[in-house]
Amino acid sequence: MGYKLLSKAFRKNRLAVVGMVIVIAFLVISAFALWISPYDPIEQNYQSLLKPPSLKHFMGTDHYGRDVFSRVVHGARYALLIGFGVVVMEGAIGVLLGVASGYFGGVVDNVIMRFVDTMLAIPAMVLAIVIAGSFGGGLVSLIVTMTIVSWTHFARLMRGEALVEKEKVYVESARAIGASHIRILLIHILPNTVSTAIVFSTLEIPWAILFSASLSFLGVGIKPPTPEWGSIIASGRDCLRSAWWITTFPGLFMMIVVLGFNFLGDGLRDAFDPRLIRKR
Amino acid sequence: MWFTAHPSCRRTRKPGQKVMRRMVTYFVKRTLSMIPVLVGVSLIVFLSMRLAPGDPARQMLGPLAPEENVQEVRRELGLDKPLLVQYWIWCKKAVVGDLGNSLKSGVPALELVSERIGRTFELTIAAFVITLVVALFAGITSAVYQYSTLDNVVTISALFWLSMPVFWLGLMLMTLIAVRIPGLPISGRGGPPWTWAGLTHLLLPALALGLPRAGAFTRITRSSMLNVLLQDYVTTARSKGIRERTVVLKHALRNALIPVLTMVGLQLPWLFGGSVIVETVFAWPGMGRLLIRAVFERDYPLVQATALVYTLIVVLANYMADVSYSLADPRIRLK
Repeated sequence: MGYKLLSKAFRKNRLAVVGMVIVIAFLVISAFALWISPYDPIEQNYQSLLKPPSLKHFMGTDHYGRDVFSRVVHGARYALLIGFGVVVMEGAIGVLLGVASGYFGGVVDNVIMRFVDTMLAIPAMVLAIVIAGSFGGGLVSLIVTMTIVSWTHFARLMRGEALVEKEKVYVESARAIGASHIRILLIHILPNTVSTAIVFSTLEIPWAILFSASLSFLGVGIKPPTPEWGSIIASGRDCLRSAWWITTFPGLFMMIVVLGFNFLGDGLRDAFDPRLIRKR
Repeated sequence: MWFTAHPSCRRTRKPGQKVMRRMVTYFVKRTLSMIPVLVGVSLIVFLSMRLAPGDPARQMLGPLAPEENVQEVRRELGLDKPLLVQYWIWCKKAVVGDLGNSLKSGVPALELVSERIGRTFELTIAAFVITLVVALFAGITSAVYQYSTLDNVVTISALFWLSMPVFWLGLMLMTLIAVRIPGLPISGRGGPPWTWAGLTHLLLPALALGLPRAGAFTRITRSSMLNVLLQDYVTTARSKGIRERTVVLKHALRNALIPVLTMVGLQLPWLFGGSVIVETVFAWPGMGRLLIRAVFERDYPLVQATALVYTLIVVLANYMADVSYSLADPRIRLK
């Protein structure tokens, strides 16, 4: 499909454009967090404890006197790191195993898919709590845990893609001229299925952001005082009534970012689906 | 004149027999397919705790206990044996319902879990009812009025709810609603759900768990309904002059529900996973809070038991969904 057709289909979808603007804003905020945030996100200031939102502190201050706005802005960096980190890792494992499973079929497919079924039977949140809890928390442990519980998402999707792709004539002709399995997989099938994986990634990033924040909120992810959205919200739980701003603003911020990714992902998916383009 | 029936009219076998046999084969196959999943699940749950750093025996006795005592407890718990042997012993006990004792309280882990399992069910079922009611209503309405303002509002707000962090929604419900409505409790469980206190305690947690999922379900219901509304038999029903409401609710909805029901099975792990978060936010005394506490206290047998029970619930529920689904739709069991 031509690039022009794609971008036209995408631009026609106003929500997708809104989503893209939100995602770009999120990327800019994460990149320039050091310059955007007016205060240090970790430094405590006992002169200004639990101050409500004002011109000096946009989103107020928390019970250590830290500026909530600065913490939320720095939290964007963690969300970005985790979102992309997890999706790249789970994507790499899931795409390879999924494509191999679909292409080879037989025993390979059976073994990989039974394993995927088993992983999917365990509620992801329960498994993640058990694994992250036993690793003891922290950024690396969080990313590894989430990769373990989520590579199956990609594997399932890509298996289906490979099943369709391997029946196509170009794969058959590649096989006819004597190409090896590895060559067919890496040079032919992978590039032709990768667009699906990329579109799916845009829908997987918001999942990763929400999921990691939930784990941090429960106390098995990133630990305070690191400014991670989930743990910021958790820290405001005890003073919910007196200082609503500590929980409200980070959550609102996170919701807007996740919404942006969802709008973008939906738009991309529709744009890549040729059936929908013809309908327009 | 004599007359014999055409061979095709002779009934040598009851017509239902073949179908029955296929159904039984399906049930047996589906039941057997649970075994590898259960073995795999038990292995994953077992390994995820055993490969973790830290020594359960040391955990039990505390950091000041002498090394000999720790070694003795290790032998008692079988922790000195190879990993596979440990797994085999654990499995043998698990099959007869012995998942070990809690390291903290000494009570059998399964007993602690079974005390709380009903409360987690209460919360999850209430949330699920909210999800289905909201999603079916919103999904059908927006499909019937496709491309209208109402449809746009529903589609966007479905994504909006879907993007909401469950724990944050819970906290917001507490601050925004509970504070304004006096008498609406914000934490704990008030009793059985058929009592007033039980119901009011259940309301906010169930909303927090159910509404984000309703976003996902609304999208599925809408697209499934749109697909069905374009089918020829719906046009035929309309051309016969049947009322629009009957066409939508009787002809279209029934068929549109099939993909929605399939999603129910897939959404169960989500709902149970989400219940862990909601239980923590609202101090709901269910399995989720037990799991979190056990993880923090490194109470290995209790963590394994809770995780295993969560998974068993999901596996069994999926099994029942598949079987009842095949009863409803003959095409599935004949595949």
